[in-house]
Amino acid sequence: MATRAIAMEDEKTGEVTEAVYEHPFIIRLCHWVNALSLFVMVGSGLQIFRAFPSFGAKIPQKDLINWPRSLALGGWLGGALQWHLTFMWIYIATGLLYFGYQIFSGHYKQVLFVRRDVPGLWPMVRHYFFFGPKLSVREAYNPLQKYAYTSVIVLGVLSVLTGFAIWKPVQFSWLAWLMGGFHWTRLWHFLIMWVLLAFVFGHLVMVVLHGWNNFVPMLTGWKEDPEYRLE
Amino acid sequence: MNSPTDSRKFKSINRRELLKLTPVVVLGAFAIPKLQAPLLKAGLGFSDWASAKLFRSGHLAPTFADSDLTPFAKFPINDYDVDDPEVDLDKWTLTVTGAVQKPGDYTLAQIQALPKVRQNTRHVCVEGWDVIGRFGGARLADFLKTIGADSTARFLTVECADDYYESLDMAAATHPQTLLCYEMYDQPLTREHGAPLRLQIPTKIGYKQAKYLTSIKVAHVLDRVGYWEDQGYSAFYGL
Repeated sequence: MATRAIAMEDEKTGEVTEAVYEHPFIIRLCHWVNALSLFVMVGSGLQIFRAFPSFGAKIPQKDLINWPRSLALGGWLGGALQWHLTFMWIYIATGLLYFGYQIFSGHYKQVLFVRRDVPGLWPMVRHYFFFGPKLSVREAYNPLQKYAYTSVIVLGVLSVLTGFAIWKPVQFSWLAWLMGGFHWTRLWHFLIMWVLLAFVFGHLVMVVLHGWNNFVPMLTGWKEDPEYRLE
Repeated sequence: MNSPTDSRKFKSINRRELLKLTPVVVLGAFAIPKLQAPLLKAGLGFSDWASAKLFRSGHLAPTFADSDLTPFAKFPINDYDVDDPEVDLDKWTLTVTGAVQKPGDYTLAQIQALPKVRQNTRHVCVEGWDVIGRFGGARLADFLKTIGADSTARFLTVECADDYYESLDMAAATHPQTLLCYEMYDQPLTREHGAPLRLQIPTKIGYKQAKYLTSIKVAHVLDRVGYWEDQGYSAFYGL
């Protein structure tokens, strides 16, 4: 699906600007449902972790961290498992809908990091983090954005796979084996959560820095007066 | 590109697009106290239903070499009440009731007369830790044949000397690695580990593997699921 654009005339000034339909409905729906379910998965996951906050042996038990109950969801292990085992299906369903839509609509081209984005990656890092020059934009996402979004989607898939391997280490014994065994899988699952949280943090910082006009398109789909022109 | 549209029309397009997202608000039902418990119960129920579908009765849990075993001293002792419910081991019998042809009291010797299985398997606790232990006992499936259990029954329930209780779906009960376990690390079960008889089920989470068994019932319906399940844990929890 080619991205839609419209020209828009201000009825008072007569000035013509462009608006681009960046985020189709299904993508916006998946984004917000996923944001909520990720929040629930992290909160309940941390409560589950509180039951055994370690990656070592049970005897002797050496706790890694005393995670506060106030920063967790579910109140107790059983409650947290109810949240986790309920929202994991929502998390998975959202992911499947997202992949299905992206593939069949062809819209994935907007977000997928591909070989041709590689040369643009470092200049973008330089611009964001080392005061490098601002670069001209020709599409909705710059190479660094594509890299970040593509990675986070891969991590989302890995969070599900590691989760399944911990939940069903017998039925999916091959999966747990691939990840280095049950013990390691539990650690991967935990580390992936922190990387996802780091992404969310960076994502929110960028939303604040880049302002309203970058946030609204994830609600309405349309970006008014984008920096780039569709070719 | 289409012909220029005016900004008022654009605003109404935007409003329509925003309204399309209202289904997301449905998730807010989870924040309503009255709806939260039934919704989570339904979610857990779905999860258990899917778990039962994922269970393959012919698929064996991984087994391990003796060198992978967690030392016996480091095999955790988890109970909900007492380490030792003071079972009189000399007078102990297993009471069999329900949909069986031969109900009654069975001695440990009768259970030990069945073919003995020894296996090194992983024991996973719902808390998140796991150990690899060595277990010995009779296949529960063999015992069910001995007592003439109704093959159409769906569940098996057990009661324990410490008032713990549990239930198993028949697919797990008849799995070849599910044991009526009377040995750990080639020694008779110690009192802390559930003497004289416990369940050992490599395809289930730890809380399903009840200790200090006193009775077994073959049932078509369940009046109660298990000590932890009745407080909100997963009823199926297969690994």
